[in-house]
Amino acid sequence: MIIANPVLLKEMRQRFRGIKAPLILFIYLMVLGGFILGYMYLIRDRLLSFDPSESMGIFAMLSVLQLILLAFVTPGLTASTISGERERQTLNVLLTTELKPAGIVISKMISSCAFTLLLLIAALPLYSVILIYGGISPTQLWGVFAFYLVTMFLFGAVGMACSTFFQRASISTITSYGIMAFLGAGTAFLAAFINDAARDDAVYPQPEVIPFSVQFLQDINPVLVLAHILGGGPAFGPEADWILPYWAVYALFYLGVGVLLLVWSGYRLNPLRKK
Amino acid sequence: MIEIKNLCKTFGKTEALKNLTLSISDGQVYGLIGPNGAGKTTAMSILATLLPADSGTALVNGLDVSAQPMQVRKIIGYMPDFFGVYDGLTTWEYLSFFASAYYIPENKHDRLINDLLELVNLQDKADSFVDNLSRGMKQRLALARCLVHDPQVLILDEPASGLDPRARAEVKEIIRQLKSMGKTVLISSHILPELAEICDQVGILENGRLVAGGSVAEIINGNQSTRVINVEVDQRLEEMLQFLSTCSGVVRVDRKGSGARLIFRGERRAQSALLKELIEQGYPVLQFAEQTGSLEDAFMAVTGEGKDK
Ligand SMILES: Nc1ncnc2c1ncn2[C@@H]1O[C@H](COP(=O)(O)OP(=O)(O)OP(=O)(O)O)[C@@H](O)[C@H]1O
Ligand SMILES: [Mg+2]
Repeated sequence: MIIANPVLLKEMRQRFRGIKAPLILFIYLMVLGGFILGYMYLIRDRLLSFDPSESMGIFAMLSVLQLILLAFVTPGLTASTISGERERQTLNVLLTTELKPAGIVISKMISSCAFTLLLLIAALPLYSVILIYGGISPTQLWGVFAFYLVTMFLFGAVGMACSTFFQRASISTITSYGIMAFLGAGTAFLAAFINDAARDDAVYPQPEVIPFSVQFLQDINPVLVLAHILGGGPAFGPEADWILPYWAVYALFYLGVGVLLLVWSGYRLNPLRKK
Repeated sequence: MIEIKNLCKTFGKTEALKNLTLSISDGQVYGLIGPNGAGKTTAMSILATLLPADSGTALVNGLDVSAQPMQVRKIIGYMPDFFGVYDGLTTWEYLSFFASAYYIPENKHDRLINDLLELVNLQDKADSFVDNLSRGMKQRLALARCLVHDPQVLILDEPASGLDPRARAEVKEIIRQLKSMGKTVLISSHILPELAEICDQVGILENGRLVAGGSVAEIINGNQSTRVINVEVDQRLEEMLQFLSTCSGVVRVDRKGSGARLIFRGERRAQSALLKELIEQGYPVLQFAEQTGSLEDAFMAVTGEGKDK
């Protein structure tokens, strides 16, 4: 943490000063809040009857919406950190200081995640509206919150890696959004495709068994995992009897790959690295 | 103390540095001069630990830039040819950030930054946002930034480029002050006169090679084998130009007003032999003078020579 300090302080200053940060926060809450209130208005008659399944529906929608926003905001913030400095020609000078490349990467990651975390926490009161109606346990709410933290970490690390790899901030941002799309939709399609092909092959005749790859893909797809947390059950096949439960696979994969990406970013940032 | 030995660097097919060797002793101001694309920035980036060399060694105070980059960073201050500043930070915060980046304790920042701002004459801009500073001010701020950790060696890549004459003079004054503080300074430019006043030693870089080196006086006239000579004749100018280009030792002949400017290579005796020959041929020579003091011409002479080969 001490290594990370100067860059962290500077990033925080730049990020939270001025109109940009409150504006993003405002828009973020407006999108989420507007959506929730709009939906509640549409089903206002049914809400009066205190149907817990209705509030579960709102909860699910809010969670998915927040996941989508997270996939836009987090890589959007990290993908321009290093490449942005490169574009503005401030990176070289930074690299001639005593700061270590890894320290620079970590500080920039922390400051970006701090802002995303602020968005997540600011959105918590919206959930309380749903809690009032019942049907959702606080445990479920915390589960979703932990899911966001893990997801945010990998999303941020992906942006970070793109940012050290690509010279231009625009290309870095577009590429990281592409990877977000692959994680969010690509993995599910791939899982569905492989699952279907396997059925035809009759290698897995009984529906209780699904291929390893399908199991893995559905466990790393944030949308499917979120649906699972919300009580939807697995998308493909029955509850798997893997060594680890689905959420542990997700957490291990996301944290592990995230750490690897950050280590790689630190390595890439070293101007004298061995080619 | 900077020691560069047989440094080579290629980018694809471009040989940016070819066996560059030079050494700068402590407390000296060394000017690296060369036309665009000569390899000045490449050499300086290698010294600043930002670029790995292909072969050869570069030592700063005895520390190898590729083997001990972190130690080297502690003792050098680097100012790139092009740089930006962060937006949303004040001048004070900007310098404080770099001070922290060199692990200088927070409680020392106030004094340090005040001293630095005084040195570069930006005291009244301490609370202005850095992105609102003028180009000249940014340049001076960058100089102050190089100095936050009080490095012994400074590597300044064209610190005066793009500045008006007044701002350029200010930058020069700052470098003079740095010299009086005992710092070793490596500074680059493509304008020789700009460096003449402040440098102890100059090196002329051309196509990645050091084609000339020595004190400023030596480069201008002195022992250099290449000289610029102005010849003026009453008549038969065209004929003489033709004749001169065939003489031995003459590298290049240009018309200059009513006379000729030739770049001559050889000993002084050969120079007088040339004059004798001109007179024997019956040219009405009015003036035959070695041009001294013009750095611009010396620069042209030396780099021109490199191109002809
Ligand atoms: N990153 C790079 N990729 C490819 N070629 C490069 C790179 N950097 C420099 N070069 C080439 O190396 C040569 C030397 O470039 P360098 O920037 O060192 O010149 P310079 O002396 O600083 O020129 P200037 O006076 O224009 O700043 C040039 O031919 C340039 O095209
Ligand atoms: Mg240059």
